[in-house]
Amino acid sequence: MEWDWNVVASVTPSLLNGLIVTVQATIVGAVLAYVLGLVIAILKMSGNKAVAFITYWSSEFIRRTPLLVQLYFLFYVLPDFGIFLSPFVAGVIGLGLHFSTYTSEVYRAGIENVPKGQWEAARSLNYSAYHTWRFVILPQAIPPMFPPLANYLITMFKETPLLSAITVVELFNAANIYSNSHYKYLEPMTLVGLFFLLVSIPAAMIALKIENKYKPLN
Amino acid sequence: MNEVFIFWPIIIDGTLTTIKLTLASGVVALIISFTVGLARLSRHWVVRAIATIYLEFFRGTSAIVQMFFMYFVLPLLGVFLPALMAGIVACGFNLGAYGSEVVRASVQSVGREQREAAKALNYTNFQLYRHVLIPQAIPVMIPSFGNLVIELLKLTAVASLITISDLTFMSQIIRVQTALTLEPLILIMVIYFILSSILVSGTKWLERYFSAGRNIHKSGGN
Repeated sequence: MEWDWNVVASVTPSLLNGLIVTVQATIVGAVLAYVLGLVIAILKMSGNKAVAFITYWSSEFIRRTPLLVQLYFLFYVLPDFGIFLSPFVAGVIGLGLHFSTYTSEVYRAGIENVPKGQWEAARSLNYSAYHTWRFVILPQAIPPMFPPLANYLITMFKETPLLSAITVVELFNAANIYSNSHYKYLEPMTLVGLFFLLVSIPAAMIALKIENKYKPLN
Repeated sequence: MNEVFIFWPIIIDGTLTTIKLTLASGVVALIISFTVGLARLSRHWVVRAIATIYLEFFRGTSAIVQMFFMYFVLPLLGVFLPALMAGIVACGFNLGAYGSEVVRASVQSVGREQREAAKALNYTNFQLYRHVLIPQAIPVMIPSFGNLVIELLKLTAVASLITISDLTFMSQIIRVQTALTLEPLILIMVIYFILSSILVSGTKWLERYFSAGRNIHKSGGN
């Protein structure tokens, strides 16, 4: 099997188009995951036991089942109930929902890792609830959240090829479509791997920088 | 729902395939985790470099791309792997990369004085790792490995895309044959949930077993 540069030249434009879709799906999915994760984290810490219980087990259910199956669910089951989502929208919702269960744990851990003494100190200084959160808890809780949140962004980027299973033409599917119609597998698949490395290795380096910047003092 | 239960033999078949795939690639991943993780701590820079390249390659590209590469591209290069084997290798190699970071971080988290004590007792490097560092690192590894094994179980669903007839693959067969969507997908989700929950409780048990009577600092991993 010879490496053919003509194939590389002819497949690259569609791969670049696919890469754009991949990046779009990653960004929209990540925003969804960050926002939904916060909602889940707050509901999990709710004083209402029933709300906390239901939220905990729903998010565990999502976390313990494969993203691929959830994507099938959104894409094939919802239309039976009259909800028609485009493949891209279904994919982004699936991605965001799945990873919101991960980000919610980041938020929860960030808040729980603030030492108890900080709460007590705020209380003894007669801080209101707003002031406690605004000036004591959140400034200490938020910085350690950045590194794991950045890492989940990279993870989501690498999970987007799953969207190809519900016909989204992202990077991987673009290569697959080309491969199947030209019967060339070596170059497109290798290029896809290369594209992923080209994005994810610099991204991992940035994530490492963030990690070092926001490292807890101890 | 009754229509779905006609398909119970293939559901069981798919469940068994998923379990087999998870266990086999789990063993592969465990071996790779220790090999690559310890190689990253080697004194020889060549060994460290090879381990780092492995890690960055398998962590930097998507698991599904690796799987397709092994199933569709390797045959063109003269390496023929049956679908199940390609799935096991891809899942195992991918998770092994993540696991190697757990091993490395856990071994590094063992206190400095332990190394010094081993040195004072004239331990060889092998004895240092075998009798001092690794036994103390294992309890630290368990929670992270527990998370990874669930990731592995979920990853095996992707293997359905390279024609491995696992649980997800079977649900697609039922969906195509009966035009039912809700029932087969809910059913396999519940099965996946039960399997993951068994893995979660297994991890919790191991955690208790290994930390019994020990004072381990929660560090490393992730």
